[in-house]
Amino acid sequence: MLARDDKDSLKRTPLYDLHVSLGGKMVPFAGYDMPVQYPAGVLKEHLQTRASAGLFDVSHMGQIALRPKSGKVEDAARALERLGPQDIVAIAPGRQRYAQFTNADGGILDDLMVANFGDHLFLVVNAACKEADEAHLRANLSGDCVIESLADRALIALQGPKAEAALAKFCAAAPSMKFMDAGPHEVAGLNCFVSRSGYTGEDGFEISVPAADAERLAKTLLENPDVMPIGLGARDSLRLEAGLCLYGHDIDTATTPVEAALEWSVQKSRRSGGARAGGFPGTEAILAHFDHGAARRRVGLRAEGRAPVREGALLFADSAGGEAIGKVTSGGFGPSLNAPVAMGYVPTALSALGTKLFAEVRGQRLPLTVAAMPFVKNTYKR
Amino acid sequence: MTTTLYTSDHEWLAIDGDVATVGITDYAQQQLGDVVFVELPKIGRALKKAEAAAVVESVKAASDVYAPISGEVLETNEALAAEPALVNSDAQGAAWFFKIKIADKSELGGLMDEAAYKAHTA
Repeated sequence: MLARDDKDSLKRTPLYDLHVSLGGKMVPFAGYDMPVQYPAGVLKEHLQTRASAGLFDVSHMGQIALRPKSGKVEDAARALERLGPQDIVAIAPGRQRYAQFTNADGGILDDLMVANFGDHLFLVVNAACKEADEAHLRANLSGDCVIESLADRALIALQGPKAEAALAKFCAAAPSMKFMDAGPHEVAGLNCFVSRSGYTGEDGFEISVPAADAERLAKTLLENPDVMPIGLGARDSLRLEAGLCLYGHDIDTATTPVEAALEWSVQKSRRSGGARAGGFPGTEAILAHFDHGAARRRVGLRAEGRAPVREGALLFADSAGGEAIGKVTSGGFGPSLNAPVAMGYVPTALSALGTKLFAEVRGQRLPLTVAAMPFVKNTYKR
Repeated sequence: MTTTLYTSDHEWLAIDGDVATVGITDYAQQQLGDVVFVELPKIGRALKKAEAAAVVESVKAASDVYAPISGEVLETNEALAAEPALVNSDAQGAAWFFKIKIADKSELGGLMDEAAYKAHTA
């Protein structure tokens, strides 16, 4: 977090004026001045998104186009497979996939979304990593691809059970899209890129829109009484309930996809014995984790009491004494569950569902149980 | 007769004889946002002025509540365990945190009256 003195150096998204006019409480986040909540507050914003629909400004995230010099999108896909363990070649036109960039040790440099737009790939990366990601792409893929930073675009997420109905009025394609469909579509007559995805566990859409049109589009969507503006506070509690990783907290350069319980995101074609096994940074470490298991693992944690167990809390196997066996990487209060939820890393031997553990909070050891994630069932339109 | 005083850390205390009822101010609850958990001191605990006495957790963060004066904890507000959101709806009424037997009335001298607190938060 930046100090208050640095407020002047913070960047603003194209929706900054709208946030202020809606009463958003602005805080520094990843170098941007962003709304953490609106007057309704985090709890109501969270529950609104689960029950109806919420509109999130995620324009701070990076948007990058990867254009193959050969003109063939599969060449861009093959090139991108050099930077992470996902099967990018298999992403069909009009589809999107969750991916990671890895380092030589198998750690995660960033996590991202990759969409196949037919003639090029469209990437959405984390705000705090976007400059490093772009440099990484340029350093490694410039021979095969033109790397284009789409800094002139905003990104709006519309999430929740009423998101489809809210978007359908302005985007004819929306109702027929399935989870992880992605492509260029008109929204309210504007040239947008729409994906059926998000970061809340709810059905919903992410809409990339030219920066100059972003406020008009956001206001248009907010005219629907089912849609409320939602700040970063509720975005975080929603993604935590959904069991989704926050980069820099639940995953980082020292965690492999296997340790992070993200095996599902690494397709068989890239694993040992697969058609295009390996060939990504950290192949040896990551495939060793697939083949022989990792020593530790990210797990979900539920507390018995009401006290939130937050990031940084040490985890113990016993109610007193002993060395810490792990650490909470994200934790807080889950408004949909009306209970605390957390995730963290524990030795694999202690990662089975139902394992009893303890978290140290203000000198006390609070009992926790290793629990299945997502904590709140997702409602993706498969 | 009850007198209400305030600390610069946004606690209020209502003084009735040698007993003070302590809570956080309406200003503080607005800054914190939705309160989801309150940890109260044990009855009988001897608190020192400015010592962390309770914890109030909003959806996003945990904040300490400090003892505005020294003294022994006489009673805590059990209603907050079941309904922490009382802090948001009635911070300076039903959502009191604990009652304390005032050890040294001279410590009250450094606290603010309502007008001074209003100026402090303006």
